[in-house]
Amino acid sequence: MSTATLAGLTGAILAGVGLYGLIIHPDPLRRILAFNVLGSGVFLLFGIIARRGAAIGALADPVPQAMVITGIVVAFAATALAVALLIRLGAQTDPVVTQADKQDLARRADD
Amino acid sequence: MQASVAYLTGTDGGFLLVLALVIPLAGALLAFVCGGRQVERVVFCVMPFGLAVALAIALTQRLVGAPLVYLIGRWTPPLGVALRADGLSVVMIVITAVVMGGICSFASADFCTPEGSSESRAPFAFWILLPAVWAAMNTIFLAGDLFTLYVALELLTFAAVPLVCLDGRAETLQAALRYLLFALLGSALYLAGTTLMYGDYGTLDIVLLSQRVRAEPVLFVAAALMTTGLLAKTALFPLHLWLPPAHAGAPAAASAVLSGLVVKGSFFVAVRLWFDVMPHVPASAAMQVLAGLGVGAILFGSVEALRQKRLKLLIAYSTLAQIGYLFLIFPLACPPGSAQLVRDGALAGGMLQAMSHATAKAAMFMVAGLIYAELGHDRIVGLGNVARILPTSVLAFGLAGLALIGLPPSGAYVAKDLLLDAASATSQWWWALAIQAGGILAAGYVLLVIMHMLAPAPGLAAPGPAGSRKHVSRYQEAAALALALCSLLLGLFPWGNYLPLPQGSLSNPLTFKALSGSVWTILAGAVLAISLGRWDFRLNHRPLTRNLLLAFRPVRRTCLGISRINAELDARLRQWPVAGACLLFVLIVFGITLVVAR
Repeated sequence: MSTATLAGLTGAILAGVGLYGLIIHPDPLRRILAFNVLGSGVFLLFGIIARRGAAIGALADPVPQAMVITGIVVAFAATALAVALLIRLGAQTDPVVTQADKQDLARRADD
Repeated sequence: MQASVAYLTGTDGGFLLVLALVIPLAGALLAFVCGGRQVERVVFCVMPFGLAVALAIALTQRLVGAPLVYLIGRWTPPLGVALRADGLSVVMIVITAVVMGGICSFASADFCTPEGSSESRAPFAFWILLPAVWAAMNTIFLAGDLFTLYVALELLTFAAVPLVCLDGRAETLQAALRYLLFALLGSALYLAGTTLMYGDYGTLDIVLLSQRVRAEPVLFVAAALMTTGLLAKTALFPLHLWLPPAHAGAPAAASAVLSGLVVKGSFFVAVRLWFDVMPHVPASAAMQVLAGLGVGAILFGSVEALRQKRLKLLIAYSTLAQIGYLFLIFPLACPPGSAQLVRDGALAGGMLQAMSHATAKAAMFMVAGLIYAELGHDRIVGLGNVARILPTSVLAFGLAGLALIGLPPSGAYVAKDLLLDAASATSQWWWALAIQAGGILAAGYVLLVIMHMLAPAPGLAAPGPAGSRKHVSRYQEAAALALALCSLLLGLFPWGNYLPLPQGSLSNPLTFKALSGSVWTILAGAVLAISLGRWDFRLNHRPLTRNLLLAFRPVRRTCLGISRINAELDARLRQWPVAGACLLFVLIVFGITLVVAR
């Protein structure tokens, strides 16, 4: 298996894991993290596509790399915005706790 | 944007396209830098320039007679990035500028920094985000390649999400977070699709791609990913979980931006994707799926709208239904068995519907905000007597509602005419049925509100607590009325210069026949409103209304049964995991239809 195929498959798996996490997890913080995993998978795919340029003699196609950088900046900004919203929401309601933490707290309260 | 060499070189007047992006963006940045009490003034200074540039683009394009193109840094695609303005871009840019102007004059009373205070958070954020939304919308309309479209979509989301939670209450923060995360899910799918397209064709430029795309599995997967991502961002049924809380919870001026303009952004990208990038890809079966979801949105959104207790939620669900209406253009442009999407009456109808909805819906949200400010609540059953307190606002709501229903000469009337013509020309009677049903359902929820507003009910209009009441300014009512009138008179403008209107197919909107057709729609809507709407129980004590409600009782029971199932379905669909599963389901069904129908 060539490196490119391996990296492409890794990207696909990351995207799948991220998508699964984003849909399944009820907790906003985990969803934000899952979105980042999904994004990383897509960026990895984009990076691998830059290797296509190598097939026609060039070292690599620079355009996808420029796009990936832009995409990463966008994803970073999105994460910052989501976390800022979450922090404000936490300040309004209760401290930012994950669903697992809540269950943990509930269990301790039962004991 | 038909493929030709001319689209790959710059044209005269191309610098106007740059101005259309730079002016609002400069406004947003300047407002941020100036801050304090200057924020509002900066936006007010920028607004007329933005409007002037929009009109200049429209005029120049008419004179040149071809799309305007600007190559950034004179680099030609595929390496460079082009800005292009065809007829579709022009009409959307102009209508965005008009709606923005209306919202600006409306919001100046709601979002003013009070004398004495140096800066307050909500006005500061609002006046920066408003030109930012404008810049993002203009980028979407002018972008010449799919990656610029991705960046523009993200800009639009980032500018729109904070508008939802301007007041900082916990439930609006929750709505904003939900909106942001679902929109991000959509944009990740869109980006994955563009990745595959770039990998296969080596460019993302729309004109070059349209020459290179071939009907093959990679393209189908990419198209399914991108379209589903865009549907999630547009909130097409069943992916609408974020829309009602976000649009109903925001302040009135922000709701007007979100409902009138922002949802049109991702819809426009879907139109670009199918009509410009992949017009020659045989996708008639997939287009039927898309419009099927649209019909689901019309039926589901309208019935939900009729059952809402609050005016803002009713308007938000109406947006849901109207989004569905927009997606009916796809099968009408690509009938079963056809191998390509044609740019004709159906596309023009869709654009007119989008413009008509943008103006009418902005006006409706403004009126809802004014009523809330005056009464201190926006419960529909408590709207009695409001016509006496705020006559201009009620008139604006009525005119906007009639425009939405499709009373001639509104844009929605011309749109309906064009879509019905396209349905009969391609012999797809089922979509004609859906178009008519959409009109009747819209008449239902508009009339429900108007009947409540006009109800002479002493004692029903309990004014809110004195502290929550604000003075409604005449400027605000005038802004709402102006936008409503704009929507109602949209059909009189000769759009043939910009939109692909079929020659001589338009009937005169001011004839008796056109008007009488609308009367039937409105009568059917009134029956629907009486049988499905919520009515104040005190109406049972008045002989006239009691007899009326009694006469409708059997129909009403059946209708209420249906609406209960609908509400149950809505509660289920708006759960995050269910919506996520729906997203995957839509993605898979759309992909399979594309592949199998080949």
